[in-house]
Amino acid sequence: MSAPSLAWIMAPLLIPLGTAILMLLLGPLMRLKARRAFSLLAVLAQLSAALWLLALVAQGDILVQALGDWPAPFGIVLVADRLAVWMLLLTALLALGALASAIEGTDTASRHFHALFQLQLFGLNGAFLTGDLFNLFVFFEVLLLASYGLLLHGGGARRTRAGLQFVVVNLAGSTLFLFAAGTLYGLTGTLNLADLAQRLPSIPPEDLGLVRAGALLLFGVFALKAALFPLHPWLPSSYAATSPAVAALFAIMTKVGVYALLRMQTLLFGPEAGGFAGLYAPWELVLGLVSIALGALGALAARELGLQIGYLVILSVGTLLTAFGLGSAAALSAGLYYLAHSTLAAGAAFLLAGQIAQRRGVLRDRLESGPVLAGAPLLGGLFFLSAVLLAGLPPFSGFLGKWMLLSAALDHPAALGWVLALVLGGGLLAVVALARSGSVLFLSATGSPSRATPPAASSALAPLLWLLALCLGLTLAAGPVSTFTTAIATDLLAPERYIEAVLGLAGGSH
Amino acid sequence: MEALIAILIGLLTAAGIYLLLAARTFPVVLGLTLLSYGVNLFLFASGRLSIGQPPVIGDQAGYTDPLPQALVLTAIVIGFAMTAFVIMLALKARAELGSDHVDGREPGEVGE
Repeated sequence: MSAPSLAWIMAPLLIPLGTAILMLLLGPLMRLKARRAFSLLAVLAQLSAALWLLALVAQGDILVQALGDWPAPFGIVLVADRLAVWMLLLTALLALGALASAIEGTDTASRHFHALFQLQLFGLNGAFLTGDLFNLFVFFEVLLLASYGLLLHGGGARRTRAGLQFVVVNLAGSTLFLFAAGTLYGLTGTLNLADLAQRLPSIPPEDLGLVRAGALLLFGVFALKAALFPLHPWLPSSYAATSPAVAALFAIMTKVGVYALLRMQTLLFGPEAGGFAGLYAPWELVLGLVSIALGALGALAARELGLQIGYLVILSVGTLLTAFGLGSAAALSAGLYYLAHSTLAAGAAFLLAGQIAQRRGVLRDRLESGPVLAGAPLLGGLFFLSAVLLAGLPPFSGFLGKWMLLSAALDHPAALGWVLALVLGGGLLAVVALARSGSVLFLSATGSPSRATPPAASSALAPLLWLLALCLGLTLAAGPVSTFTTAIATDLLAPERYIEAVLGLAGGSH
Repeated sequence: MEALIAILIGLLTAAGIYLLLAARTFPVVLGLTLLSYGVNLFLFASGRLSIGQPPVIGDQAGYTDPLPQALVLTAIVIGFAMTAFVIMLALKARAELGSDHVDGREPGEVGE
């Protein structure tokens, strides 16, 4: 691989980090407009970098960058394969919508909003690119520390309460991560994921139990980040408490946990892993199915729109892990398609909930009937569209994702009944919950539009429209996209190429 | 020495978890600190315990693994920053919510 194309792998890390550092240094000197323009430019640059990386890896090449030129497994490597780039692209697309929404006004509460936003992107991109377990921990910490600041941004008692719980839960999770990493390092002598994958099959039998314990501890950590049952209760309250733009960006944060689970499952615990084969998949399947049920019930019980969407995020995480737990190429491909859809749809829904809350004055997004909203026909239409997307009804991308998942489940007769019942039943309950919210918010409204809140500028809806348009694009381009996700799934089920690409450097010219 | 370190890690972790479950911000902060001490020692021990060995491969017969030391250093720095952050957040929560319970209200109290 030539040097210039390798340097591109650094771009998704250097752009947000450089932007954040510059904004911390120059922030006091820059006007708000300059900070906004700068931040927006940085996200656009990340989007271009992700697209360029996509072009580089689209044919199945795996780009490996050894940091400081220390060959793997001794140094830290960054690895861009199709899965990593898919996640990078999704992050950049979602971030563009979230940032555009923040620029509409919620970024004024603190001077450091844009610096934190960029650091969050730095952490996200790093977590997707790294090929090293401890480095993954470091990037998790980077994205969490930035997310604490973003979550609390704007202040208020409710945010503080949710923030405190979010921070404590995640700090406990980080400690578990270190215990897991320490156990794996102590017994295998490596932290490089590719090297770990190579060493796991030849673990002596007396160490099997301990290594398994470490690996399952790691599962717990990632399940916490992904908000998988029973580690989900932190999600709805914190996502509902924060500002809509931040909640929209957080839609990708649970997917970091999902990504990490998928990576470990396919790279470390694939069928060739000896005593570790299939260590994660059964857990993912069962807990994923329970999460679907729980998310659907939570969405039914929720008394606020933000909370309801939070529970629907849990439902979508459950659906994803059900797909990954099935483990066949078709199921993985369906999961990766649904992952893109659910991230964008959840982001759009959080932005929409923010718009609705803004126009309802003191009622905020509580599901109680109030005065007719300003611009109700347009908002109602958008709500309908978002609800169809979120609940996975035809003809949009959510339905296509579920369709692919269910047809992949046909190959797994043992799990088929449960998957069918819960995915379809969960979808039905989500429809009921969203229909009830829609009718409370829009149909049972009485009186004239309140004059108390000034009508928001029409540009306020642009970020929301951007995310909805992406979902529609995902629907229209379902053919090419699912071809691509199938290619990712094939890559994942043949981890030898990843391992060779990473460790092949060791015998190279270095 | 192994037994001593193992007992110490176990004690620190147990005490940390106990305090974490107290659900009041001050014990929670202390609990997180003890947990991070426990995990730092654990990481340190994951490179095996040896005395008087250099952390590089040289002419000597043995060497001690330098990687866990680097990991612990990273973990200490991150843990320190997180502790500072969570203390500030706990103070803010006490001031804004009027309670040091992690739920922001006393148990049994009705509230949003």
